Amino acid sequence: MRKVSLLLAVPFVALLWVPFYNFGSPSLFGIPFFYWYQLSWIPITSLVIYTVFRKVRDDG
Amino acid sequence: MTAELDVVAVAVFAAFFALVTVLGFVAARWRRPTTLAHLDEWGLGGRKFGTWVTWFLLGGDVYTAYTMIAVPALVYGLGAYGFYAVPYAIIVYPLVFLVMPVLWKVAHAKGHVTAADIVHARFPSRPLELAVAATGVIATMPYIALQLIGMAAVIHALGLQGELPLVAAFIVLALYTYSSGLRAPALIAFVKDTMLYIVVLVVVVVVPLELGGFGAIFEAADKAFRAKGAGGILLEPSQYLPYASLALGSTLALFLYPHALTGVMASASADTIRKNAILLPAFSLLLGLVAFLGFMGHAAGLEISDSNHVVPALLKAYFPGWFTGFAFAAIAIGALVPAAIMSIGAANLFTRNFWKAYIDPNVTPAGEARIAKRTSLVVKFGALLVILYLPTQFAIYLHLLGGMWILQTFPALILGLFVPHWFRAEGLLAGWVVGFSGGTFLAWWNGFKPVHTIVLGETSLTLYIGLLALAANLLVALLVSGVMAMGSRNGSLSIGKS
Repeated sequence: MRKVSLLLAVPFVALLWVPFYNFGSPSLFGIPFFYWYQLSWIPITSLVIYTVFRKVRDDG
Repeated sequence: MTAELDVVAVAVFAAFFALVTVLGFVAARWRRPTTLAHLDEWGLGGRKFGTWVTWFLLGGDVYTAYTMIAVPALVYGLGAYGFYAVPYAIIVYPLVFLVMPVLWKVAHAKGHVTAADIVHARFPSRPLELAVAATGVIATMPYIALQLIGMAAVIHALGLQGELPLVAAFIVLALYTYSSGLRAPALIAFVKDTMLYIVVLVVVVVVPLELGGFGAIFEAADKAFRAKGAGGILLEPSQYLPYASLALGSTLALFLYPHALTGVMASASADTIRKNAILLPAFSLLLGLVAFLGFMGHAAGLEISDSNHVVPALLKAYFPGWFTGFAFAAIAIGALVPAAIMSIGAANLFTRNFWKAYIDPNVTPAGEARIAKRTSLVVKFGALLVILYLPTQFAIYLHLLGGMWILQTFPALILGLFVPHWFRAEGLLAGWVVGFSGGTFLAWWNGFKPVHTIVLGETSLTLYIGLLALAANLLVALLVSGVMAMGSRNGSLSIGKS
């Protein structure tokens, strides 16, 4: 497994450590931070996986 | 909930239902193989679904109708706590990216069809194979039953009374799954997913506009939770661990389910799965937006007796009949796709790991397909009986237990792929027994709540029972495997031989 694969652990830390994000503000379009923070990890996670994918795809 | 017959809604609903029924039967000719009388064709769609087919198939398979009803219901009832499905649906993809291409390669090289096939190839033990296969089947049965609950919720909301429409829908489903196999849900998934995206995007724009924006919605929900004295739009510190452990445990469990693995094994290449790990999170965005419907239910001041009615009630309150019919059809079709794949996954397990293992070891591929087709009928009929004759709560309890049960196959299937030298078959089987029975006991002890509180002196930890059971399972598996390895090194082979 390549070193770059360690990036895949980042979403786990960001989402499983709840004290990072259990706040109401700042809100976005009236949505409390708690919710838009977690939703924003959807595209970030896709990007992270894409980054790793580009490095490992040729490994077969 | 008032359920007067809405003729326009019923007509639109029936039209879409008819469309997917036709698709279900036509699917037998889609990417037509030379013969459907082979388990790789009937049960895995020929093992050559590319990136987009797999995306629609897995999206339609994993984000079920029950999810779309139950997640908003949980958020409506508990608030922020119910949102754990969203982090769960995100962190599952890095895991899928790492693990599933490896699993696919093993399955592809050896022609494995089920999880238990893979486990048996690594650890040649019939009892362990049977444990993994049986866990898959019994975890799947209540899941199929819940899809029926999702379907029944919208059928009744349309104003159609009695059980006949549900039974009819299920018979149609059973017939086209029988004749087309995995190709039927794969083709119908295109329709289902497209409809679902349209419905969710329209609803999360239109309803907040009617309710004065998301700020007002969350304010109203906050007020409702305070008045009720339970739940809230943020978590209590005591909920941090349950929230995170439910998300993590569900993540580890999701791709152990036969319906998810069937989707993985049906894909054409390891890169197909890697690309899907990048693209499937789009469905999680949909799930997150759907979860907000729970808060909208409070802002809209819905009067409902059962929180499972939040979504149908919101749709009926804010949309004209034709759109309601379209949305309800999306949900009902959203139940058909996973129900079909689940029954195929369970049928594959029965055929490969029970029939072929114990009844007829010399069964031909055509014979396997024949057995699997018949089993899929039995499985669906069983789920239907559960819904018609047992209380709904029973299926929900079983589903809760099912998630915990399937998690107990993690060491044998996933760790067995990466670190097989850590384990012996006997150790894995002992771990499975401890995890399965211990977890079931803990769930019963806690009144079928998913979490258990451990008190360690001053501190108490509340964790998802599935994870606790998995920890016990792993510990026992490693210990027994270790003892056996030492035993065989000393030349005494008698320890723990089963």
